[in-house]
Amino acid sequence: MPEGMGVSALPGARAGGLAVVREPGLQGMVSLKLDLTAGWAAPGVMAATGHAVPGQRQITRIGQGAVAWMAPDELLFFCPHAQADVLVAALSDALKDRHHLAVNMSDARVLFAIEGPGTREVLAKRMPVDVHPDSFAPGQMRRTRLAQVPAAVWMTGPQAARVVCARSVARYAFDTLALAAQQGGAVGVY
Amino acid sequence: MLILRCPYCGVHADETELTPGGEAHLTRPGPGASDDDFEGYLFRRRNPRGVHFERWCHTCGCGKWFHAARCTVTHQVFGTYSAQTTEPPGAIIAAIRARRPDWTPT
Repeated sequence: MPEGMGVSALPGARAGGLAVVREPGLQGMVSLKLDLTAGWAAPGVMAATGHAVPGQRQITRIGQGAVAWMAPDELLFFCPHAQADVLVAALSDALKDRHHLAVNMSDARVLFAIEGPGTREVLAKRMPVDVHPDSFAPGQMRRTRLAQVPAAVWMTGPQAARVVCARSVARYAFDTLALAAQQGGAVGVY
Repeated sequence: MLILRCPYCGVHADETELTPGGEAHLTRPGPGASDDDFEGYLFRRRNPRGVHFERWCHTCGCGKWFHAARCTVTHQVFGTYSAQTTEPPGAIIAAIRARRPDWTPT
């Protein structure tokens, strides 16, 4: 393995049925803690990343990157894996005189993709969330419980979702999603 | 099943997404307090039949602690409010009085 490349949690993991559940591979993720209500927060984030601060529970995408509202004092940035440290440095520099914390979380997390007609069924079976298209549309970020572990989920299209959770529970999360996605398990609600 | 609205992230969170934190608005006795007072702070809790104020943590969500006012008999939720307070806000008291006219804060 080349220096600094890293390996994702479950390389190539894939299971199919109602929807395809797979691990797309390494994803850069940078967590930023700061007071989002402070006047300096949005200009600092804009200067460092080019992203506007998203509204409550929103996720916005620009090119290969995205930024999600995670809590009243927390944002999560998505970027190519190799650029996460660069993003941390940019944030730390832009906010250096302010109370904040920017951390490269890429290798502490795992990303799963769920794609196909049964995507919302799979989510509904594992999360206490109203995933009806009227309530849960692309652009919304929802932190919740995935079976027995905390996770964050958002829709990337009408029939496609992404899930992020702790890497330490990657196998559990993948298996429970794969089980929910098994052929013949459709509830038929969505 | 309880569904509480987290006042920090606005999510209508299912009970299984939350962690209960027990009775709200406890006052920690100061340095001159008696052992009896401190024992009460540590261990003695109200267990009312009816209106109750509780702490909850949105563990599987934004991670914030908040307060909830609910009825322990019917599970009716009167409202949720910020943790940055030492007593229930007026709007919550009014909401409880509107539905429980005979209730008096203790």
